[in-house]
Order: sequence, then structure tokens, then C-alpha cells
Amino acid sequence: MSGAAATSVAQAAAPYWRNAGMTYLSYANTCAAMVRNCLKEPFKTKALQREHAYYKFQPYADGAAQKAVVRESGAPASS
Amino acid sequence: MLARRGLRSGLRRWAAARPMFARGFADDAKKEGEKAPTGQAHVSDKFKEDWKKVAPNYDLPNFPSNYMVARPPVPAAIPAKLTLNFVLPHMFEINAKPVDYVIVTATTGQMGILPGHVPTIAQLQPGILSVHDGTEAPKIYFVSSGFAFVHANSVADVVAIEAVPMDRFDNEEVKRNYAEYTQKMNSAKNELEKAEAQVGVEVCAALMAALGVTA
Repeated sequence: MSGAAATSVAQAAAPYWRNAGMTYLSYANTCAAMVRNCLKEPFKTKALQREHAYYKFQPYADGAAQKAVVRESGAPASS
Repeated sequence: MLARRGLRSGLRRWAAARPMFARGFADDAKKEGEKAPTGQAHVSDKFKEDWKKVAPNYDLPNFPSNYMVARPPVPAAIPAKLTLNFVLPHMFEINAKPVDYVIVTATTGQMGILPGHVPTIAQLQPGILSVHDGTEAPKIYFVSSGFAFVHANSVADVVAIEAVPMDRFDNEEVKRNYAEYTQKMNSAKNELEKAEAQVGVEVCAALMAALGVTA
């Protein structure tokens, strides 16, 4: 079900999100995010914690650490 | 001898992954600590001959098929109950439980999975999954999307990213999100934004239908 396979068979009925450039993973994660948004309060905060992703990318050049790149999404509101 | 040593340490390394492989097909009442049967190495005879020529004193190396649990045999008679594994990334919602049947919403429509169902892979749509067992009330979940795998030995694996029992939803929030995403879809600037908004509309519409809420 890769994008290339879909286009090679004369545009064989690919779902709308595939045609727009989304991959299945981004579609599935978007669906999950929508469902989490619609939850009731105590469950919603617990679920939104699952969306929290923190990445720190630390490049090194010539043995010296360069500026780290930090990406954080969906951070829970810290009290 | 070398192969045996390699196999044992290999099995230990893969022991952590074994539960995941074992769950795909029902464990029939295995005792704790009993090793699951390993598969045979699927190697061509030509490879075996070449290996003997190159390294006559060494046993064959280990291949991935050595570490895989052998596929359990399909029982001759259709089992009375379906074994259901309902798995989310953060928890086992239902863990190898014998149930009567499950109804899932696939992209091709609603599908009931009973014991003895033909092996299927079904892509799920945002919709309802209900688990029916005996005379209990069916447990209903709303599944965001995922896949349902039915195996030949009447084991069903349903995987999803989010699956929520129906009583955890906020109806007002659902209505508001539906209105918001319909509006975003109409005012989208490019294909990708439109698709994202359309996903939102699809999920919220399915949710509203499941909850019995009208816009």
C-alpha cells in the first residue's frame, strides 16, 4: 500500500488522505488526536499526556558538542 | 555445540520479544517458564552444502526463523470461543480473553468476527467496536482507527492507537469539534490542510453517530 504502488496502477482508489500527501501513520495519529480531544475531563488530561513527545538532538563536530536542538510537542501544562 | 550456545543466548535475547510474538496466536495453557516451540531454519539445501564447503567444522548459523515461535496448528474443529487480543500502544485493553464474537467497523463496513472466521486483515475506520460474551452486556469502545487481524486458529488481534469506552466522551466537545473541522475544511488553503480537516470531520461524525448526538 505504498504511495508509489498506488499511483502505478492508474490511480487505483487511494483514500483521500493518501492523495493529499498524508501517510497512514500520520492519518492514524491524527485520528487518535481527534478522539483524545473529545474526551471528558479526568480522562482527557491523562490521554493528552500520551501525546507528549520530547526530542533532543545533540550534534557533535570534531568532538565538540554543538548547539542542541530540542523539540517538544504536546507538553502537559506544568503547574 | 557452537550452534546450541548461539541458540540459547539468542533465545534469551529474544525472550523479551517473545510475549509479543506469542500473543499473536493464542497461547494454549502454557506453563510459566516453558519455552515456546521454535521454528526450523528455512534455509535452502544449496546454502547448507556451500556452508559445509566453506566452514566444515561449524554448525549452521542462526537465522531469524530459528527464533520465531512456530505457527500453532489450526484445530480440526472450530473452537467454541474466539480469543480476542485488543491492544493499544499503552496498554492491553483485552488480553487473550475468550469471547463469543466481536463486531468491528472496517473501511468496507461493519464486520462480525466469530470463532472459525476466515483469516482476514481488516483496516478499521473510526467507529465502534463491541465485544460480546455470553449474556453480559456488550462492551462498546470507540476506536480511532487501526487493524483487525483474524487468524486461522480463531484468534483475533485488534490493534488501535486510541480506543475509549463510550461513557468517557463529552458530547458538547464533540459537537464543537465537528463544527470547527467542517469550517476548517471549507476554508482550507491547500490539499494537506483540507485532508487533515476532513479526518477531523470523519472522526467527529462517526463519534456523533456512535453517541447518538446530532449536530
